Amino acid sequence: MTDIAAQLNGLRPQLLKFARLQLRNASWAEDAVSETLLAALERPQAFAAQSQLKTWLIGILKHKLIDQIRRNSRELSSTPEDGLDLDEELFQADGHWRDAPKDWGDPEHCLQQLDFMRVLDLCVERLPGQQGRLFMMREWLELDSEEICKELAISPTNLWVMLHRARLRLRECLQQHWFDEQGRGGDAATKREQA
Amino acid sequence: MKLMRNCREITALVLQAEDRELGVGERLAVRLHMLVCKACPVFGRQLQLMRRASQRWRQYSEVGTEDPGQRR
Repeated sequence: MTDIAAQLNGLRPQLLKFARLQLRNASWAEDAVSETLLAALERPQAFAAQSQLKTWLIGILKHKLIDQIRRNSRELSSTPEDGLDLDEELFQADGHWRDAPKDWGDPEHCLQQLDFMRVLDLCVERLPGQQGRLFMMREWLELDSEEICKELAISPTNLWVMLHRARLRLRECLQQHWFDEQGRGGDAATKREQA
Repeated sequence: MKLMRNCREITALVLQAEDRELGVGERLAVRLHMLVCKACPVFGRQLQLMRRASQRWRQYSEVGTEDPGQRR
């Protein structure tokens, strides 16, 4: 294999991972990644000038993912699981917390750890389809609410409801798979195997 | 505009603030609630951590040199 082919081949699984997290559809994700690699190959000079190949490819991939979202927007619908709301579990009937949120400590402590990023991967992956898609559009593609509503033809209220659920789920997952484990003194690697 | 709101309502507002700008009445209700509630400020800090985590995760997606998926 040529050097270029080997490099692209090596980065492909990582591109695919984020494409899947964004689109929640394996074949669209494959297409978006193939389009990304083709686009990179069509610009050999730009390719050669990249010191940060992955950064450049992820940048292209993000555009291709938005194209895929546009192309398939009608099929990007909610599933019953997307309708599940954690609010009832978190709050009593009078609106008070059932269990008070726990102190997560110094953010830098966890943010610097690669294992925390892996738990984040896992927690985003576990979001239901539409919640995950919208969360990724907002937090990873960094689209604003207006753009997301326009691309998917959904109302702002619908978007906020879905992001509300997604963020609460993500919080639960981080609590369970990272902060509770840290408190117990278990290390992240053994915990992930149990997950 | 309801000034005093419960934890569930405040949590919803704090979450929405991630994705839209709150109105002045809503911001006031959040501030007032945070003064009298012990639990909600903790939730607010968790959300702050999550926001920073997303930012770090974006960077990690671009420059991370290994695929965590392969090691799982």
